[in-house]
Amino acid sequence: MSAGLSRAVNVLKEVIDAPIASYFNSCVHCGLCAEACLFYTESGDPKYTPIHKVEPLRRVYEQEYTLLGRLMKMVGLVKPLTDEELGQWQELVYDSCTMCGRCSMVCPVGNDIVYMVRKLREGMAISGHAPDGVVAATKRTVEIGSPMGVKLPAVKAQVGHIQDDTGLEVPMDQEGAEYMVLLSSMEIINFPEYLSAITRIMKQAGKTWTLCSTAFEATNSGIQIGVSDLARVIVSRIVDGAERLKVKTVISPECGRAYTALRWEGPNLIGRPYTFKVQHILEVLDEFRAQGLLKTQGFEEERLTFHDPCQIVRRGGVIEPQRNLMRMVSKNFVEMSDPSKYNWCCGGGGGVSANEDAEEIRLIAFKRKKAQLDEVKPDKMVTACANCRIVLEEGLEHYQMDLPVVGLTEMIAEHLVESEPGSQKE
Amino acid sequence: MDAALFLNWVRGTGLQIAVFVFLLGTVWRLFEIYSLGRKPDLAERRHVAGASGWHTILRRSVPIPGMMQRSGMTYIAGYTFHIGLGVVVFLFAPHIKLIQGLVGLSWPALPSQFVDLVAVVTLAAMLVVLADRIMKPVKRFLSTFEDWFTWAVTFLPVLTGYFAARHLLLPYTLMFSLHILSVELLLIVLPFTKLIHVFTVWPSRWFNGDASARKGVPI
Repeated sequence: MSAGLSRAVNVLKEVIDAPIASYFNSCVHCGLCAEACLFYTESGDPKYTPIHKVEPLRRVYEQEYTLLGRLMKMVGLVKPLTDEELGQWQELVYDSCTMCGRCSMVCPVGNDIVYMVRKLREGMAISGHAPDGVVAATKRTVEIGSPMGVKLPAVKAQVGHIQDDTGLEVPMDQEGAEYMVLLSSMEIINFPEYLSAITRIMKQAGKTWTLCSTAFEATNSGIQIGVSDLARVIVSRIVDGAERLKVKTVISPECGRAYTALRWEGPNLIGRPYTFKVQHILEVLDEFRAQGLLKTQGFEEERLTFHDPCQIVRRGGVIEPQRNLMRMVSKNFVEMSDPSKYNWCCGGGGGVSANEDAEEIRLIAFKRKKAQLDEVKPDKMVTACANCRIVLEEGLEHYQMDLPVVGLTEMIAEHLVESEPGSQKE
Repeated sequence: MDAALFLNWVRGTGLQIAVFVFLLGTVWRLFEIYSLGRKPDLAERRHVAGASGWHTILRRSVPIPGMMQRSGMTYIAGYTFHIGLGVVVFLFAPHIKLIQGLVGLSWPALPSQFVDLVAVVTLAAMLVVLADRIMKPVKRFLSTFEDWFTWAVTFLPVLTGYFAARHLLLPYTLMFSLHILSVELLLIVLPFTKLIHVFTVWPSRWFNGDASARKGVPI
C-alpha cells in the first residue's frame, strides 16, 4: 500500500461514524439520487449518480467496520481500495459535485449523501487526489490570506475608494464594534459594490461595525478541498480577529461556502462554540428591515428572479430573508421552479468553479439553470453569493443569454433612503 | 426425504436456525453500525418549527416536488410492493395465527380472497421493479449481485405463499414447505444484505433530518 493510499484509508476510517454506516446499509440502489443531481440530469451519464460518487468510502467502511467485510477481505473475496481507483474517482468527487446537497433531500431511505462526499474529500485530498486549482486556492488562503491572493493593501485601497465615493468612514480594527464584516476575495476584486453597500446600510441603520485587518477574508477553500486542518487555520483566523475586537456578531458575506464553513463547520473545526454570533448578511439586512432600520424607496421596474445559493439556503438555513428583501424593492419578483430549499445549483459551488478540469461538465450542468430561466424569462437575476454570480455570468455568456446578474445587498443599497447629499439614488 | 418429513424439518429445526440467525445477526449488525457513534455538533443550532429528525422520518415518505415526474415508476411500484408485502405478511389470517402462537399477540385479519389479490399485485409490482432495474441505465449501472439476489429472496416467499394458498403448481405440502423454506432464506439473508434497510431506514432518515434541522431547514 502506498503512503498516500494508507493515509487516505486512515483518514476515511477516522471520519466514518454511525450516520455513514447507517446510510450505506440503508441504500437500496434505487437511483433516485441521480434524478436530483444536475450533473446526471443534464449529462444523462449514470456515473454521476451521487451514491456512486462515494463508492470508495463505502468500500473502506465495508472492509474495515463490518465483520463480513473483514472476513471477505481476509479470504480475498473483496478487493482493497487502490490509489488508481482514488485517482479515477477525483472526477466524480470534485469535478462533478458541488456539494449542493440536493441528493440528500430526495433519498427515500434518508441518506445524507453530501455529508459522505464531504467526508470522502478528506481522504481524497490527503492522498493527493484533489484538483490542483482548489489546492492552490487553499494554499494561497493559508499563506497569503485569501484564495485569490488578495492582501490587506488591496482591501485598504478599496476602502479608500469607497470612503471617497460615499464620504463615509469604513472602520478598520475598531474594538467593541457590534458587527465585524467579512468579505470574499471575489467581492474585493470583482464586486466592490458590496462593501460600498454595507457602508451605506450600516450608516443608515446607525450600527457600529468594523473590518478586521487580520481577518477580512471569509472564503474557506479548506472545506471545499476537504482538508479540515487547513479549514481550521482559516476559521481560526476569523475567530481570533472577532475575539480580539470583541465584536458581538460576525457577518458572513455574499458567499455560500464561507457561510457554511464559518457558521456550521467552524465551531466543530476549532472544537468549541464561538463567543460571538455568526450571521449571513441577508439575515442581518432582514433583521434591520424588521426593526425598521432599513428604509428603501422606489421599486425595480424589471421582472426579477432570485437564484438561491445552495450553501445559504438548503445547506445554510437562510430561506426567507432574501424573499422579504426582494419584495421590499421589487413588485415584479418571480420565483423559478423548485425555489428556496429545492433550488438547483449554479454548477460551480464546492470548488468546481476553481477547478479547470471541471469546466466542460460545469457548462453542461448549467443547462438546468438555463431551463429554469427559460421558464420564467426574467429581465434580471439577483443572487447573494459572489461565486454563484461569476458562475452564472459565465454560463449565461456561454449560452448567449443576455441577462444581468446582481447581488441582493448591492440592489438594496441602491434603494436606500439616504440623508447625505450626493449619495441618494437618482 | 418425503414431503411430510421435509415439512417437519422446515417447521422445526429449519425455522429455529433461521430465527436464531435473523435475531442474532440483526442485533449484531445494528450494534456494529450504531456503536460507531457520532461527534456532537458544536455549532449553535437554529430552532425552526417542523424541522427535526422525527419530522424527516415521516416526511421522507413523500417525494419532493418534481421527483414524481422524473421517476414516477420508482415511487409507485416501490410503494405498491412495500405496502403489499406488509399486507400479505401481517394481515393474512394464517400468519397472524403463527405470530399468536409465537408471541401471543394477535389482531384482525383481512379476508383471504383480498390478501390473494394483494399478493398478485405485489408480485406484479415486484416484476415491474425488476424490469425497471434492468431497463433504467442508472439502476442497471448501480446494480450488483446483491440487488438481484435480494430481489429474488423477497419475491420467492410471496410467490410460493400465493401458490400454496391457491393449491397451484405443486402438491400443497411441498409448496407450503418451500414457502416456509423461502421465508427462512429471507430471514437468514436479511441482516447481512441491503434488506437490513427495514431497520436502518428510520435512523438514517432521523440522522439526515436532524443534521438539516440544526441548520433550520425542514427536509
